[in-house]
Amino acid sequence: MQVTRDFSHYVRAAGAGLRHIDLAVEGVHCAGCMAKIERGLSAIPDVTLARVNLTDRRVALEWKQGTLDPSRFIDRLEELGYKAYPYETESAEASEVAESRFLLRCLGVAAFATMNVMMLSIPVWSGNVSDMLPEQRDFFHWLSALIALPAAAYAGQPFFRSAWRALSAKTTNMDVPISIGVTLALGMSVVETIHHAEHAYFDAAIMLLTFLLVGRFLDQNMRRRTRAVAGNLAALKAETAAKFVGSDEISQVPVAAIHPGDIVLLRPGERCAVDGAVIEGRSEIDQSLITGETLYVTAESGTPVYAGSMNISGTLRVRVSAASEATLLAEITRLLDNALQARSRYMRLADRASRLYAPVVHATALLTILGWVIAGAGWHDAIVTGVAVLIITCPCALGLAIPTVQTVASGAMFKSGVLLNSGDAIERLAEADHVIFDKTGTLTLPELEVTNAADIPADILELAGRLALSSHHPVAAAVAQAAGARSPIVGAVEEAGQGVRATIDGIEIRLGRPSFCGVEALIGASADLDSEASIVAFSKESEKIILSVRQGLRPDAKIVIAALKARNIGVEILSGDREPAVKAAAHALGIPEWRTGVTPADKIARIEELKQRGAKVLMVGDGMNDAPSLAAAHVSMSPISAAHLSQATADLVFLGRPLAPVVAAIDSARKALHLMRQNLWLAIAYNVLAVPIAISGVVTPLIAAAAMSGSSILVMLNSLRARSASREIA
Amino acid sequence: MEFLVILVPLALALGGAGLVAFLWSLRSGQYDDCDGAAWRAIADDEPPQEAPAER
Repeated sequence: MQVTRDFSHYVRAAGAGLRHIDLAVEGVHCAGCMAKIERGLSAIPDVTLARVNLTDRRVALEWKQGTLDPSRFIDRLEELGYKAYPYETESAEASEVAESRFLLRCLGVAAFATMNVMMLSIPVWSGNVSDMLPEQRDFFHWLSALIALPAAAYAGQPFFRSAWRALSAKTTNMDVPISIGVTLALGMSVVETIHHAEHAYFDAAIMLLTFLLVGRFLDQNMRRRTRAVAGNLAALKAETAAKFVGSDEISQVPVAAIHPGDIVLLRPGERCAVDGAVIEGRSEIDQSLITGETLYVTAESGTPVYAGSMNISGTLRVRVSAASEATLLAEITRLLDNALQARSRYMRLADRASRLYAPVVHATALLTILGWVIAGAGWHDAIVTGVAVLIITCPCALGLAIPTVQTVASGAMFKSGVLLNSGDAIERLAEADHVIFDKTGTLTLPELEVTNAADIPADILELAGRLALSSHHPVAAAVAQAAGARSPIVGAVEEAGQGVRATIDGIEIRLGRPSFCGVEALIGASADLDSEASIVAFSKESEKIILSVRQGLRPDAKIVIAALKARNIGVEILSGDREPAVKAAAHALGIPEWRTGVTPADKIARIEELKQRGAKVLMVGDGMNDAPSLAAAHVSMSPISAAHLSQATADLVFLGRPLAPVVAAIDSARKALHLMRQNLWLAIAYNVLAVPIAISGVVTPLIAAAAMSGSSILVMLNSLRARSASREIA
Repeated sequence: MEFLVILVPLALALGGAGLVAFLWSLRSGQYDDCDGAAWRAIADDEPPQEAPAER
């Protein structure tokens, strides 16, 4: 069946008769791919721009209007060996990119100012011990102020804004002591300069901002990168729907171009990409991605269908109520809202540290001032010393301690196939001591597979596979996949709800229901077939075989469960599926604790119960029914094949068929948390050493600058150790 | 100390030029693909006549 592909939704005007499209491309890794793609696409006449972005794995294309169909680019890339699909920037990603650019601009300004102020400060430091005239020193101080004040006002924005938000909400975060420290340091320096004093701290204040902006930028860049990868994966799923454009005419359009009220056609074997209600037709649908239940549900006029449902047997017409999951089962929406509210109460390690840190530091500064006044010093000297304490303790290393580790650890996780959705996921994942698995699609693979393929003669299997290519039924697809079949049998006829038959060399072959192939007797004979499998029969004259098709366990599921147990992590299964199916999986994997027929509310109740006992739960699930429990759990993971909602709710998403990324992620996270704590202690130890010097009033700007950069570099170097995360599972 | 009258503005102007250059490079999207840029620097130039499209 040839379908027309309509990509006009993604095409933008790019000025003066030019059109522009962005494609997400899979498998671009190196300079060779980049050159191959750019040359291959530029060779198409009328293409004016073809540029690969290796960081985001995308291609930007521009061409002269009116001559080319965008699907041609996708075909060309396919010829070159790359899978590609049009990509549309979502607003979330656009704002991440804008934020990232803003931080980089701030960093540029701060770094420029630091370098130039340093250039003026070094003569002052050396002049103070040699022959510099006080007038020259004042002149240099004024020049420093001229550079540092506007630069700090601009580059400090991210911190000032965040501190203001925290204070307006009557809380405190790391940015409050930073903002106070920087503002006081600059203010005091201006006053000191007016009074022709020896020491000014313009250099320390602006350098502090530079170091902190490095941390912020790394953190932001990590998030931006994850979002780009997740966006590409979503685009490459190439979700389309057959939309009715006339009473009898359909067009295959991207889901993004479908609006509520449209009518789409859902053919057998297709996964529904929209939410809506059936208006015509009758079929069986597989709702396992939504409910976890593997038994098929009957759909007829009026039945609601949700994105992610697989249509099995008949053709349906569906009126769209929402494209891309805007409407949901009401119950799931309610549970999800509650769970998300509960989750936002988690306090990041950095915020917890700063909540302890800020009062201690500010109290120390205040006590220093009072102490010096009581000891008989003037108010001016006492205040200068107090501000010096604030500058020395300004949480430069603390601000870097966590983002640098996060950046390095997320890079390591990315290599083992795990994407981070939220920055604090690493901390929470490291604390997890109990894992709850969903069964369908999580412990098992999302696709069906033939379990007894090895017992079947290769030539028979191949013939069955070729015959299966003529059917859209998911079970047939699994048979074709198992046989590695490529060429369909000419003249094969599908009988709806029964099977496929064809005639080769005068011999009739059939694939389908056991009754269709006349092999009911065989089924009785082999009682060992498990109750979960769908049975397909194949007959060629007297040769009759049965194939058992089911969702297989992920290849390394057993090893992963054993590895989790070895790490003293509790494991259990909570599934919405029926008992026999769950029991079989639990036995195969050696998981003693399992519950069946669990509703989304039950799953949350179980998680709450574990929480009461003090367990930190990692929930791993993929179905839409898992979304509320993913949000309720301490930390959550989803496979990339999960429903959109679950993927968006989960803290981490893992790619590919193996389950191993779950263990790899836990290991990386534990190591990263260890390093974060170590960094915090390093930063605190540095303060413990430096603060007495500051209190005694002998700190010069030179000591402040050296101490600050020294501690920051130490923390950054320590963070790099997160890179060497071990890959061994067992 | 007259040299300061020349050297200080000169130093600031050079620093300012660096900053302007950085902001310009940021605006023109040169930091959008740092991985790709690293490879482009050492990539071979395109052959003068376009080779037949490779398979």
